[in-house]
Amino acid sequence: MKIIACIKQVPDSEAKVKAVPTGDGKVGQVSWGDAPLVINPFDEYAVEGALQQKEAAGGTVTALCIGPESARDALKHALAMGADEAVLVSDAALENLDTVGAAKVLAAAIQKIGGADMVVFGRQTLDNGAGLTPAQTARVLGWPMLGLAGQVKVEERSVTVERVLEEGRQSMKANLPAVLSVVQSIGEPRYPSFMGIRKASKATIPVWSLGDLGIAAPAAIVTRAELMNPPAQETATEMITGETPAEIAEKLADKIIAEKVL
Amino acid sequence: MKTFVYIDHFKGEVQPASWEALGLAKSFGTAVALVFGTGVDEVAKAAVEYGADEVLVADDASLTDYRAETYASTLASLAAAASSQSPNLILFPTTARTREMAAMSAVDLNTGVLTDISALEVNSDSFIATRPIYEGKVLEKTVCSGKPVMATIRGRAFPKPNREEGKSGTITKVPAAGEAKSTVEGYSASESAVNLGDAGVIVSGGRGVSNNPSLTPPAGMDEKQAETWRAQQGFALVTDLAQLLGGAVGASRAAVDGGYITYAHQVGQTGKVVAPDLYIACGISGAIQHLVGMRNAKVIVAINKDADAPIFKQARYGVVGDLFQILPALTEAMKKKLGK
Ligand SMILES: Cc1cc2nc3c(=O)[nH]c(=O)nc-3n(C[C@H](O)[C@H](O)[C@H](O)COP(=O)(O)OP(=O)(O)OC[C@H]3O[C@@H](n4cnc5c(N)ncnc54)[C@H](O)[C@@H]3O)c2cc1C
Ligand SMILES: Nc1ncnc2c1ncn2[C@@H]1O[C@H](COP(=O)(O)O)[C@@H](O)[C@H]1O
Repeated sequence: MKIIACIKQVPDSEAKVKAVPTGDGKVGQVSWGDAPLVINPFDEYAVEGALQQKEAAGGTVTALCIGPESARDALKHALAMGADEAVLVSDAALENLDTVGAAKVLAAAIQKIGGADMVVFGRQTLDNGAGLTPAQTARVLGWPMLGLAGQVKVEERSVTVERVLEEGRQSMKANLPAVLSVVQSIGEPRYPSFMGIRKASKATIPVWSLGDLGIAAPAAIVTRAELMNPPAQETATEMITGETPAEIAEKLADKIIAEKVL
Repeated sequence: MKTFVYIDHFKGEVQPASWEALGLAKSFGTAVALVFGTGVDEVAKAAVEYGADEVLVADDASLTDYRAETYASTLASLAAAASSQSPNLILFPTTARTREMAAMSAVDLNTGVLTDISALEVNSDSFIATRPIYEGKVLEKTVCSGKPVMATIRGRAFPKPNREEGKSGTITKVPAAGEAKSTVEGYSASESAVNLGDAGVIVSGGRGVSNNPSLTPPAGMDEKQAETWRAQQGFALVTDLAQLLGGAVGASRAAVDGGYITYAHQVGQTGKVVAPDLYIACGISGAIQHLVGMRNAKVIVAINKDADAPIFKQARYGVVGDLFQILPALTEAMKKKLGK
């Protein structure tokens, strides 16, 4: 089975992220200080899900990323986890990519890789957080979309997933090739092995430009107009104390009721 | 101005943020509600009662079970119909389904989707939406140059309109479109519905709910079983308070990973982002990945044994203590004060 895992590189979730206005009427920038860039945590599940299917049915896993040169490190992480190959799509014209644009570029790269039986996505990116790209890529490819899978099972030429929805679990089945997005229930992403890290450090990762894909840069339809820091939290914490749990509870209950949030 | 509002429902049970979207649409002019599925007359009626000027109902066997492809195609074909009729804006509540179908129809219509928005300004011909990025650490104002503009609204960010029972209005049948590429094999009943996104009150438990050494588990349990058993006693206390306050039960990832409760309850970066009026965190340390999921709650209460737990920095009220003692006492006190 040929499996592709789509991953992005993002600032670490521990990073202190801030909006930095430029003051000249321009949009400004997002700063994460010297926090490291890592594989999008949701996409570690995508790689894990892809590797599980490879283990079950044989085949190969290719990690695919659109990003700057530095995103090689995210791909190396996927290789160290056990992916067989990695491809980076990098082009200066892709700087303002929106999700529809990303879907078009990913679809073109998937075709250039030679297609796949299954393309696995994370649920959403940590930076943009849209959660749109998987379904949009499925739409562009014309493949079935099985989103938010917590369990995946492949039989012959079909795939069945257990989707984790607000209302409970839903079992859905489609023919391959298919697009999946996976969630945490798929299982903890494995740690890169020592051998994996060695292999990844030696791997050559091809870099494809838009020219290599034979497509023009997609026009950005969704664009950022302004960046803001959320209003500072009023964090004056009032500690409730008392001699007994009952006394504390009594005081706390009064406070909660006085907040008029019930 | 004309706005389409997609009413998201699961087997007739409407996601309440659909009505909030309808209220927002009304504030801009004409609101046309879209209801897809079979046997959805009640949903269409409710849409009228919540203020829809018109309801378009696609009642077709191909829409019985939600599938992204058919729902997206039906939506796109309605939006693309006769340009004088076409909407400038399509609003959705933010749910797993709407993210998918909006995503796909945006591809068809060559437009974009602004997800999880908490504010929307109309500026002559353009819309400026406010949405969280970087897990809500930063907000962006964002615009979409395509038409119609699609936006999914964050639950509880916009007021819910009043319902006028028995109101009558225009309900029009429209055709379904598209072909499904998957089949629904079934739903598991084992997991009850958890609607954290709409909950006004959430009481959450973390790893601390399993930490009560004085509880003696039934004989014959190994260590892991005993831990799970203890956690169940802890979550029973969490659930008691949540039920009393008409709220939902949340959890930290440590509680989910420990097998104390299912993933659907998880709050945080890899779980749900919530914004209730009241969030009570019990035995949760307050790791950043948990905080990004709940720091938009209006009032946060933290109960933790450890006075240095970072959760207290986010909390409006804090109690340093054992949740096994504080929670039952709090439930009792609330019962008395609320006259329940
Ligand atoms: C990529 C990534 C994604 C993540 N996503 C999420 C996410 O979505 N949601 C999430 O929650 N976490 C997430 N995490 C995990 C997060 O970093 C923390 O590990 C987790 O939130 C800890 O859960 P906890 O607070 O329940 O457990 P702990 O950190 O172990 O804290 C338990 C707390 O309980 C207190 N306690 C113990 N006994 C009692 C008692 N009897 N009474 C009162 N208090 C008591 C302790 O003092 C302690 O503060 C993620 C981590 C990563 C790396
Ligand atoms: N630049 C990218 N390169 C590769 N995959 C991506 C990229 N951006 C998004 N994805 C994939 O699409 C998913 C959803 O992204 P988003 O729609 O931005 O929230 C991610 O979890 C990734 O699997």
